[in-house]
Amino acid sequence: MSINRRKFLKIAGASALFGLTGASAIEELLTTNAEASVSPGPEALTAKRWAMVIDVSKIKTKEDYEKIIHACHSIHNVPDIGNKKDEVKWIWEEEYENTFPGVSDEFIPESIKHKPFLALCNHCAKPPCVRVCPTKATFKRPDGIVAMDYHRCIGCRFCMAACPFGARSFNWRDPRPFIKEKEENKEFPTRMKGVVEKCTFCSERLARGLKPACVEKSNGALVFGDLEDSNSEVRKVLSANYTIRRKPEIGSGPSVYYVIGGNEHA
Amino acid sequence: MYNGGKIIAGLIIFVGLFTFPIFYNMGKTSAMPEPKLDTPVIKQLVEKRCVESKEYMRANHMQLLDNWRDLVIREGNLVYESTGGKKYIMSLQNTCMHCHSNKKEFCDKCHNYANVKPYCWSCHIPPKENEI
Repeated sequence: MSINRRKFLKIAGASALFGLTGASAIEELLTTNAEASVSPGPEALTAKRWAMVIDVSKIKTKEDYEKIIHACHSIHNVPDIGNKKDEVKWIWEEEYENTFPGVSDEFIPESIKHKPFLALCNHCAKPPCVRVCPTKATFKRPDGIVAMDYHRCIGCRFCMAACPFGARSFNWRDPRPFIKEKEENKEFPTRMKGVVEKCTFCSERLARGLKPACVEKSNGALVFGDLEDSNSEVRKVLSANYTIRRKPEIGSGPSVYYVIGGNEHA
Repeated sequence: MYNGGKIIAGLIIFVGLFTFPIFYNMGKTSAMPEPKLDTPVIKQLVEKRCVESKEYMRANHMQLLDNWRDLVIREGNLVYESTGGKKYIMSLQNTCMHCHSNKKEFCDKCHNYANVKPYCWSCHIPPKENEI
């Protein structure tokens, strides 16, 4: 039996109609739970663009640094692997010349030259890591935080190559054995072997109305707030002090500012 | 055919071995898994209801969890208001496992039976269970 022109057009028309509407109809049928609704927590801290100011002169002793770093790493189950090659870090100490390579002059005060600076993810305005991620596992939230969705990370490490600040760490090995059981935070997941991780500006704490862990433990050396709110704490610090950012010449627009403060002994 | 006898005998043995599991298990049914709901937290609940109805959860918990993770991580939500109007914090590790603190007796029972291997626990920390 051969098909005639009229019949062919009928079938083609019907198929086209199904193709255009069928997909959405099937989707409609699959979502059975339309009544449930979701919302951010009532206490959630919100901002147009989160930012941090680090007053370097206020962090003095080795213990100060350790306290801040430990607060972050213990809350987020960051493993302490113990060798540089496999190291995983969210916030860490960095020497001046590596923190600000573009402005590392030779004759600056010794106290600054050899002072450790706290470094962390800069939550850039135009994050290069987000541009290169092939799975959108890392993405920019509307509030400026560069977030990670570990479920989607395939471990390609493009983001590590793209990040100008070395803020990303790869899990070369299963991190679980390197998290001390006593210090394990049971309310936060660990990561698995083969994903990249980094600082998240404590987005899980912001959702519950808490400031980032490092800020809380810093005795006022770290200030956190909304960059686009002219009355926010960060804006007040920024307008009262001269600040620098890491590698601004790259154009990624880092959201972490440093108050250098000058010579402590002056 | 050279060595016909050996080949045919070999084939019969091979087919016999290969299909052995099918014949061995024929007509038998393995026991249905019965996930346990007797954790201390659940025992204390006045209304023993999960986030959604039992039937819905049984059929759709995987979609629900998948939705939750996108809603929380990607869209910045935290609170889930269920069809009954009750509010829950969307968290596998903190909300689900708070009641279902018996992963071995709850999650694993059916997952093992159905031979599904969800990779939740390679990152999310299951509650410590008392080993008996």
